[in-house]
Amino acid sequence: MTDTPLNMVEADQTLVTRLRAWWSGETANPAKRVQFDRPLTPWLFLLPQLAVVVIFFYWPSVQAVTSSFYLEDPFGFGATFVGMENYADALNSSEYLGTAAFTAFFCVVVTTLALGIGLLMAVKADKVIRGAESYKTLLISVYAIAPPVAGLIGMMFFDMHMGPLKDLAAFFGYDLKVGINYWDTATALIVIAVWKQIPYNFIFFLSGLQSVPVSVREAALIDAQSGWRRFWDITLPLLAPTAFFLLVINITYTMFDTFPIIDVIVKDKPANNPMTLVYKVYLDGFKGNDIGGSSAQSVILMGVVALLTVLQFRFLERRVHYG
Amino acid sequence: MFKTTGMAIGSMLLASTAFAATDITWWHGMGGRNGEVINEISQQFNAAQDACHLTPISKGTYEEALSSGIAAFRSGEQPNILQVFDAGAATIIAAKGATIAAEDLITGAGEEFNRENFIAGVRNFYADSDGKFIGMPFNSSAPIMYFNTEAFEKAGVQPPKTWEEFEEVAPKLKEAGYLPMTASQLTWMMVENFKSRNNQQFATNNNGYDATQGTEIIVNDENQVMMFEKLKAWADDGLYGFYGAGWADNLKPFEEGKAAMWIGSSGSFGGLQKSADFDFGAGFMPYWDSIEGAGTQSFIGGAALFAMAGKPEEQNTCTAQFFSFLTSPETQVYWHKNTGYVPITEAAYEMAKGEGYYDEQPVAEVGIQQLMLETGEWSKGYRLGFYPQIRTVMEREFNRIFSGETEVKAAFDTIQQEGNALLARFAKTAN
Repeated sequence: MTDTPLNMVEADQTLVTRLRAWWSGETANPAKRVQFDRPLTPWLFLLPQLAVVVIFFYWPSVQAVTSSFYLEDPFGFGATFVGMENYADALNSSEYLGTAAFTAFFCVVVTTLALGIGLLMAVKADKVIRGAESYKTLLISVYAIAPPVAGLIGMMFFDMHMGPLKDLAAFFGYDLKVGINYWDTATALIVIAVWKQIPYNFIFFLSGLQSVPVSVREAALIDAQSGWRRFWDITLPLLAPTAFFLLVINITYTMFDTFPIIDVIVKDKPANNPMTLVYKVYLDGFKGNDIGGSSAQSVILMGVVALLTVLQFRFLERRVHYG
Repeated sequence: MFKTTGMAIGSMLLASTAFAATDITWWHGMGGRNGEVINEISQQFNAAQDACHLTPISKGTYEEALSSGIAAFRSGEQPNILQVFDAGAATIIAAKGATIAAEDLITGAGEEFNRENFIAGVRNFYADSDGKFIGMPFNSSAPIMYFNTEAFEKAGVQPPKTWEEFEEVAPKLKEAGYLPMTASQLTWMMVENFKSRNNQQFATNNNGYDATQGTEIIVNDENQVMMFEKLKAWADDGLYGFYGAGWADNLKPFEEGKAAMWIGSSGSFGGLQKSADFDFGAGFMPYWDSIEGAGTQSFIGGAALFAMAGKPEEQNTCTAQFFSFLTSPETQVYWHKNTGYVPITEAAYEMAKGEGYYDEQPVAEVGIQQLMLETGEWSKGYRLGFYPQIRTVMEREFNRIFSGETEVKAAFDTIQQEGNALLARFAKTAN
């Protein structure tokens, strides 16, 4: 019976001692202690970043989820709880489903083309010896153009009154009508989006290629004469981590960062022109002032992105070999 | 951006020197020359009295100004005055408590106010169903028909007054080597003002004025469908050029002297004087002679100013004073001459006329004359919630019509259905 209080005192002492030891950083793994002498220090450094994430990501996300269950008048005088109605409205609208289908199509085409052409150019540029720097600079320079400017430049080429590409199409007997014909606009969007993204992929693929050890390449040269064979068996597997990273980045790019390009092309009157889901969220929320409906759409989009990310890491990343 | 910042700093400096001046702000959605004229008018107001100091701030486009105003109101940071465009009128008027009716504000501040001073065409659009002014009409425009004088001389025909006349002259214009017609913003021209010019009902519940609940749009009727079947047929015959939903894309062929006619805004007059290097004239927007009772006035386009609620008394007094200043004939004529928007009061119109302005610039008078035409039962205005979204639906369907993806009747059935769904949604938000 008398043992118990004694034990408690002992336990208290241990707790205090342990806390003290924790605070002074003695308990920490020696390998980690090298960097931070106090366990709270890393958190302190993380704090600004965490604050940014919480304020600009988690808080709005929670707000979006909340308002997606309400029908609200734009000025905020009254909100009626409507349950899943906003979601049902979005998912039953043929227009929304059409936009979703286009987004998926756009995503696949732009990502494939941007990655493919970027890789091709990187492989070719990697082999160039004379004037290599000039080629690389020229190829990379497009990356420095801001997306709205890229959209504007692209639009000048496709303009229905003075665009040179319209004249080119007319030469082949085709009446190119960007802004009126759905697929003409889609083509213009894809071309501009791919053009803008190629340099980014090029930089990463090129640096990936240059990190392939010379010894490995030379050994491969002995084993296989065909350049294609060497690329397929040796270079590509070694490029896999870069390619995987770029795949994630490119999908994010087509889904979200192409917004300014679309905005410039449809000139804030989308009419029957193709657009992505993000643009529709903006349109319904900020132009249409339908906050509930727009929030529901953005929550759906959040879900899609989360799902995509999980799929990518579960099924694709496993196949990637990190040297 | 820099300009705005500079102005804000400038006005802060001014405010600190002019002691006890009450500061009020005005958010608007105008750029270019029109934005400059807004700044000039504000300076004139500030110079005319000491008690109030007005700072105008451009928020981008009309839609952006409305969105910014809404976001600001929700966080209690609203400006004193917000400019809201025609299609957004229902949104702000339905939000009772967001604004103070312009008429109440002005009379409450002891200023004079008389509805009859305003020209007939602007009296109803931003008013409630009893005719009380909720918004203060500001930049008002009318859709009118511009024509290339030389083109009509070459073809040896007169500018059409009705669509029947257009069908007669258009082939001759085409023969003379012109594209007979283009039109910007078909939603405004060929739906809303098709309804007003031909005195056609646009929506149930008295075009939406009487109630939000149960209001339904009327667009798949025989006459409206006929208008677009004609447009489509004209487009197929090369008598009308459709260049998508963008305003400028449809204006361009006219500016380049390729199109003989352009249906545009009376507010485009100032810009056209600079961009078109040929003689042009203007006439009323055509109507259908075959429709009984047609030829009525058009709706006013453009925007109105709304006094936002939740501001201190002395600021509201300043806002009221500014509204009175804005409707004074001198300010109206200055605005009219510099932008091409129509004067909104009879007195201002008489003043511009007296100065001989319309002898020099007959085109400038067309818009106001069209607004002063006979008022029909359905030409006063419309009040439809989520209307910017309904316009978006229309634009989508119009593109489909002209690219041959759908038939006219089917397109208008879709607009009717989706439009009514949006109206029903809006009715649920308004409590």
